[in-house]
Amino acid sequence: MGSMSMLTTDVAVVGAGPAGLYAAIEAAKAGAKTTIINEYVEPGGQLTKQIHKFFGSKEHAAGVRGIDISAKLLGSIDELKVEKRMGTLVWSIFHSNILAIAHNGKSEMLRANKIILATGASENAFAFPGWTLPGVMGAGAAQTLINLQRILPGNRVLMVGAGNVGLIVAFQLLQAGSEVVAVVDALPYISGYCVHSAKIARAGIPILTSHTVKKAYGEISVEGVMVVKVDNQCKPIPKSEQDMKVDTICIAVGLTPLVELAWLANCRFTWVASLGGYVPLYDDKMETTVKGIYVAGDAAGIEEASTAMEEGSIAAISAVESLGLMTQQRAYALRAEAYERLRSFRIGPFGKLRDQGKQFIWRERQKYAERI
Amino acid sequence: MQRGFKLTGVLTDAELHRLPGAPSVERAAKGPVAVIECAEEFPCDPCEYSCAYGAIIVGQPIINLPCLDEDSCTGCGKCIAQCPGFAIFVMNLNYSKKEATVSFPYEFLPTYKAGEVVNAVNRSGKVITKGKVVDVKNLTNQDRTVVITIAVPKEFGWDVRGIERKEVKAYDR
Ligand SMILES: Cc1cc2nc3c(=O)[nH]c(=O)nc-3n(C[C@H](O)[C@H](O)[C@H](O)COP(=O)(O)OP(=O)(O)OC[C@H]3O[C@@H](n4cnc5c(N)ncnc54)[C@H](O)[C@@H]3O)c2cc1C
Ligand code: SF4
Ligand code: SF4
Repeated sequence: MGSMSMLTTDVAVVGAGPAGLYAAIEAAKAGAKTTIINEYVEPGGQLTKQIHKFFGSKEHAAGVRGIDISAKLLGSIDELKVEKRMGTLVWSIFHSNILAIAHNGKSEMLRANKIILATGASENAFAFPGWTLPGVMGAGAAQTLINLQRILPGNRVLMVGAGNVGLIVAFQLLQAGSEVVAVVDALPYISGYCVHSAKIARAGIPILTSHTVKKAYGEISVEGVMVVKVDNQCKPIPKSEQDMKVDTICIAVGLTPLVELAWLANCRFTWVASLGGYVPLYDDKMETTVKGIYVAGDAAGIEEASTAMEEGSIAAISAVESLGLMTQQRAYALRAEAYERLRSFRIGPFGKLRDQGKQFIWRERQKYAERI
Repeated sequence: MQRGFKLTGVLTDAELHRLPGAPSVERAAKGPVAVIECAEEFPCDPCEYSCAYGAIIVGQPIINLPCLDEDSCTGCGKCIAQCPGFAIFVMNLNYSKKEATVSFPYEFLPTYKAGEVVNAVNRSGKVITKGKVVDVKNLTNQDRTVVITIAVPKEFGWDVRGIERKEVKAYDR
């Protein structure tokens, strides 16, 4: 490290998705020198490939396409003179406050008084015989291909997973000109929103619940797939196989918070199934068990863009408060407002479990604080 | 056969008529009216803000199902393109003596032109009748969501919810 130059900033935000962009905007507004770092060359995170109009509330730009929400947030980032480092990977955190960053094969060190991890999520894999054949890919990968790179991954697609991601990407594959032969899900019901499944159904695509993939086959790439019906213990029902001729199998079986950096920084973790797996412990300021390191958005538990934005703000408000750039009273009031808005997102059949997950994390964080 | 939107993605008639966003059969018979086919409580409210007549109410909390005030609804159709879920349709069962119209959002290319004869599909994507395109709107405030209105035989008004997509060969694009 000796010969490397040391860059410095007040607040370093890792990830330029909705959580990171909101965090950077809030930190810069309070007067902190803010640096936002994003692995992908285009900032925006998931938003850059969400060509659909977003759900949510008016306040969170619902009804606006993800790509356009991203463009608007980037405008604010530039206005506030946030330092942007795109196409830059954060590959480690040293001493709780030094980020190791790499850009174009060159590594540098960035010392930050506060670090906000808004690194999003990664797609879960799903293994079956033939899953390593070319043509089997994550639904997110297929979405990147069609919406960012303008490449059709295949002509006939099977979508595995009838959650929101599977349903939305299946529809976007249709829009891009692929044929989608079916959406299958091992669950006995459709877990995504009814409005998304209704769009798929109206397009004439069967949604097969209690069905899974038995195997994919093909000489050098996918030529077909055997789909099988399962009982309520998820065991294949004999003689229920269906052979589908497809050249692409998209997997949309859930997301996992992308939190390697928090592991490297020695943050404490807990397992919360409803939030996607291992999540760092944090308090109501979004601060992890390592002082000065905050987490927000999907990295703090898989939710939505609207909740990611609020969490990004909460993390940044807490960071600038701790830097002395915002009074305690003001930070407290702003956080209370954000939590009030969050409350209405974390109720109902879809939000309730996530709320319980968040409560669990706070309790575990509290217990940890009492132990040390 | 499995039934119900949680299993198939398709609302049954019973599920549809129970929705607070669906107009009564009596109101629908009178003329143009919105049918809001949004059946689950998730946080979403652009429909509420899209209606200049205050005929769609979500209120608080934001997960409430949208509720249609059928007497205030004029059937103007402005809400159709504003719903990110493509869940709002406008139905005019009084379009002519024998025909009803159905308006719906459409985000596929190539799109349709007024006058074209089309295959009209129901909620399962099944072709149930022929129809004729009477209007295609693509206004700036619709933000690239095209709204197509087709005329179909009156008895299909409650069932038609879209049209068959035009075939696109991958190599044509
Ligand atoms: C198909 C689909 C449809 C969706 N539709 C909706 C919707 O309608 N409404 C809604 O509210 N939500 C929707 N969501 C959810 C929403 O997109 C996500 O919840 C949201 O983007 C999470 O934001 P984030 O900022 O936490 O992460 P992301 O948007 O994933 O951004 C994370 C960023 O961090 C960067 N990064 C990761 N690791 C590093 C590293 N080590 N160094 C540097 N940079 C790094 C990545 O490059 C990425 O740009 C949808 C999601 C999907 C997949
Ligand atoms: S059709 Fe017009 S009046 Fe009726 S709910 Fe929609 S926007 Fe309002
Ligand atoms: S805008 Fe559409 S999806 Fe959202 S609540 Fe209204 S009807 Fe439902």
